Amino acid sequence: MLDTAFFRRWLALAAAAVDREADRLTELDSAIGDADHGSNLRRGFASVSAALDAEPPATPGAVLVLAGRQLISSVGGASGPLYGTLLRRTGKELGDATEVAPGRLAEALRAGVAAVAQLGGAAAGDKTMLDALEPAVAALGDTTESFAAARDAAEAGAQATVPLQARKGRASYLGERSIGHRDPGATSSALLIAALAQAAEEEA
Amino acid sequence: MKMLINVPETVVADALRGMAAAHPELTVDVERRVVVRGDAPVAGKVALVSGGGSGHEPLHCGFVGPGMLDAACPGEVFTSPVPDQMVRAAAAVDSGEGVLFVVKNYTGDVLNFRMAQELAEDEGVRLATVLVDDDVAVADSLYTAGRRGTGATLFVEKLAGAAAEAGAPLERVESLARQVNESSRSFGVALSACSTPAKGGPTFDLPPGELELGIGIHGEPGRERRPMMTSGEIADFAVGAVLEDLRPTGPVIALVNGMGGTPLLELYGFNAEVQRVLSERGVPVVRTLVGNYVTSLDMAGCSVTLCQVDEELLRLWDAPVQTPGLRWGR
Repeated sequence: MLDTAFFRRWLALAAAAVDREADRLTELDSAIGDADHGSNLRRGFASVSAALDAEPPATPGAVLVLAGRQLISSVGGASGPLYGTLLRRTGKELGDATEVAPGRLAEALRAGVAAVAQLGGAAAGDKTMLDALEPAVAALGDTTESFAAARDAAEAGAQATVPLQARKGRASYLGERSIGHRDPGATSSALLIAALAQAAEEEA
Repeated sequence: MKMLINVPETVVADALRGMAAAHPELTVDVERRVVVRGDAPVAGKVALVSGGGSGHEPLHCGFVGPGMLDAACPGEVFTSPVPDQMVRAAAAVDSGEGVLFVVKNYTGDVLNFRMAQELAEDEGVRLATVLVDDDVAVADSLYTAGRRGTGATLFVEKLAGAAAEAGAPLERVESLARQVNESSRSFGVALSACSTPAKGGPTFDLPPGELELGIGIHGEPGRERRPMMTSGEIADFAVGAVLEDLRPTGPVIALVNGMGGTPLLELYGFNAEVQRVLSERGVPVVRTLVGNYVTSLDMAGCSVTLCQVDEELLRLWDAPVQTPGLRWGR
């Protein structure tokens, strides 16, 4: 079972990964976007860490809802509402439970990803974060071992955005010139899922 | 790349502190990133609120004041502001007559303003939103996020702002803003990439002998790269692209806009070519505005926006406006 401490560890690991990879995310974004994805997410996850430390939530769901609200309030751009919605919706799905089975988290995350797709009006193949998130949640099962499979699926999904033409977000304005570049949003989404797998491995 | 900044993280806050010092007639909340006209809320008046990424100055904060915006929310450089800013701005300027959000068509702006509208409506603010999407360089909106909002934003904010100042109700201000957007088209050209503070260098690589056609205002490359052209050739291309889409049946107001890194000497020369092309095509120009208004940091280049006007829109254009970035008639 996954407790509140697990979810805080997940977000702390995600914040550390975003901080470490911020320059790379910004570099990817400068090729087809506006060169700020790394710095925006770094600011957002630093704000998440500060909020979780200031008022530690009592349940896994509350951790994710607070984190999502912080991202909406601090990131801006498209990433703020999209990542914020992902975490908030997933947290709301978990309800008031104090412990969560891996299979429950998988279900909740699938609902979170569906909410992201609805908000952004995007689908897999549009060269967005969904290209990492959808294969990741499809790989999630009833055990924490499946988190590693999700990490690999997300990474493969992010890599697979390279030959795609962007249809959503600012990269879409480049048309065919977006082809040949890895999507920064899919890349950061893969970092978030990798942090989930890492949180589970550190627990085991 | 040398920049007149302290550190990238404080660029927006530093600019707001300087703006506050230069413009005591505005209320600048540096901490919460909201710029409000000093006499807001104005009783009996619909309020206009806009916002978007920083780096496009004077858009949007420089267009706050009598006759234009009641408030603006600056985001980080090229990044949409967050819903909290917009909700705060709407609450600060709403006199009870309602608020119009002017939103440029970018996914980030659209999503954050949509969330803000829900939150502000929960607090009892009557809200309408107009989406600006005037950039003809975005060819196929079926497979993109749709047309970008660029130069027409100035027309929407000026003309709808004048209508609101004259006492028009929210429904009228909103429909007028939509009409202005539908009557306006833009096309932009880059002679150099811009440099964002976060990246510390050019956002794309543009060799000295080439230019980008069909750029937006966020440092993204355009749709097509060609060997450098003369001012006259660029005017033929840009105005041609706008007219092909707008097909005006009456007089227009022309905005010849600099992207931030092109001097007025060049912009005025370019305007002469724009006027030549419009004259050759038989399009009467009733007003012209030349300068850096909807910019992209230090990008060299220009954009042309044409707005077809009737007598009412022309009267609203000539109405007094008093903002840091645009002022006349008072």
